[in-house]
Amino acid sequence: MKRVVITGAGTINALGRGVPATFEAMREGRCGIGELEFRDVERLAIRIGGQVKGYEPEETFNRQQLALYDRFTQFALIAAREAIAQAGLEFHGDLADRSGVVLGTSGGGLTTQDENYRSVYEEGKNRVHPFVVPKLMNNAAASHVSMEFNLRGPTFTVATACASSNHAMGLAFQMVRSGACPAMITGGSESMLCFGGVKAWEGLRVMSKDACRPFSANRNGMVQGEGAGVYVFEDYDHAKGRGAEILAEVVGFAMTSDAADIVMPSKQGAARAISGALRDGRIDRDEVGYINAHGTGTAANDKTECAAVADAMGPQADRLMISATKSMHGHCIGGTGAVELLACIMALRDGVIAPTINHEEFDAECALDVVPNEAREADVSVVLSNAFAFGGLNAVLALRKV
Amino acid sequence: MSVKDKVIEIIAEQAVLEPSDVTMESTLEDLGIDSLGLVESIFAIEEAFDISVPFNANEPEQSDFDISSVASIVAGIEKLVAEQAA
Repeated sequence: MKRVVITGAGTINALGRGVPATFEAMREGRCGIGELEFRDVERLAIRIGGQVKGYEPEETFNRQQLALYDRFTQFALIAAREAIAQAGLEFHGDLADRSGVVLGTSGGGLTTQDENYRSVYEEGKNRVHPFVVPKLMNNAAASHVSMEFNLRGPTFTVATACASSNHAMGLAFQMVRSGACPAMITGGSESMLCFGGVKAWEGLRVMSKDACRPFSANRNGMVQGEGAGVYVFEDYDHAKGRGAEILAEVVGFAMTSDAADIVMPSKQGAARAISGALRDGRIDRDEVGYINAHGTGTAANDKTECAAVADAMGPQADRLMISATKSMHGHCIGGTGAVELLACIMALRDGVIAPTINHEEFDAECALDVVPNEAREADVSVVLSNAFAFGGLNAVLALRKV
Repeated sequence: MSVKDKVIEIIAEQAVLEPSDVTMESTLEDLGIDSLGLVESIFAIEEAFDISVPFNANEPEQSDFDISSVASIVAGIEKLVAEQAA
C-alpha cells in the first residue's frame, strides 16, 4: 500500500478563479451567490445561483477549442492547468502511461444540450454543429485533460449526482494507493446554470429563492452553483523523491448506498460512509477536527447529516467543527465535493476553518458547531469531506496534515 | 367537474385509491403520499388548472399553501383558481 498525497490544486468557482482567490473568499466568508444571468432567466421562478461571473472564455481558449469545449470542460481544464502547474509534473514515458484522469460530473455538457435542443425544437432548425456530441458527452472534460497533459493511463468520468467528485477522488485515491498509478488527476466539474438546467431543478421544489442557509432554522432550500476543482493525487514516495510540496495526505475513503429512496437522505447510509472512511484511514474519531459538510441547506439534508455525524462520531461530534461552504459557492452538483475539498486543505494547511455563512437561527436538529458566519483559526490534523447524493449514494474522504 | 372533485381525483390517483376512499378529512400521510408524491400531485394540480401553487418542499408548514388535509388543499386550490379567473 502506497501513501497518497495531494501535490497540486486548482479551481474556478463563484468565489474566484484560482485557489488563492477562493481561499481568501472562504476566509472572509464572502458570498458568491447572486442574480443568474443567461437567456430566458425571466421565465424561471428561481433566479439566483453561484454563477462564475466575469469569465470570458475567449481570453483563455481559442476558437477551435471553444467549438469543442462545453463550459464544464473549460472549467475542468482551467482547474487542471492550475493544479498540474503547482505540482510541477510533466508526463512522459512510464509516468504518462500509468497516470490518468478521473473526474466527476453530473450534467456533463448540459449547456450544449440546452442550446442545441433550443435550436432544433424552439427555433425549428434542422442542422446542428458537427461537434455537439463530443462537446456534450460526460467524459469530454476528462478526455481533454488527458489530451492536454499526455495522461495515457486510466481515464474516465464518474456520475453519481452530488457525490460524483467525491466518488471520483476516492477512486483516484485507491488507484494511487494500490500502486497501479503513480499519479492521478482528479476532482470534478459542473455547469448546469442554463435555462433547462435550472428549470429542471425548479420542478423538485427544493430550491431557495433568496439564499443558501445551511443548518439555520430558517433555511429554505438549496442554491445551485457551478465550477470545478481539480487535484494532483500522487504516490508519497514519488512526490518526496522529486521534492514536491505536499498540500495534504489522503488517508481514507468510503462509499455506501442507502438502498432506500431516490431523493430522501438516510442517516444510516451517511453514518456508515463516515465510519467507513475512518476505518479505511485507521483514524481514531477523536482526531477529527473538522468536517466539510454536504450541507445543502435543504430541510431534509441538514438535519439528517447532523444526526449521522452525531451517530458516527460519538462524543467527538460535540467537539469538532462542521461547516457548509455551499452557503458561499452554491451547490456545484457533480463538482461540488472537489470545490469543497479546498476548505479541507485550507483547514489543514492554513489552520483556517471556512464558515457556514447566512446562519441566522439556531436549529435544535443541527446542534453541532457549524462555524456560523465567520471563519475561525484552529489547528486540526484530520478532516473529512462528506457528499451524500440523490439516489442514496454516499462518499466520504478523509485527509490528514502532513 | 368541480375543483374539489378534480383535486380529489388527482390525489386519489397518486395514492392509488378510488376517489371515494379520499375524504376531506384525510391527511396526505393517511393516504400514504410521501414528499415526492406530494410534489407530483401539486404538479398535476398546476397542470390541470393552469395555476402556480406556492409550495416549497423545504418548509411545507411555512408555505403560503396549506397541505395539512385534503380539505385545506381543496380550499387553497379553489382560492388560486378564483384569483386566476379574477
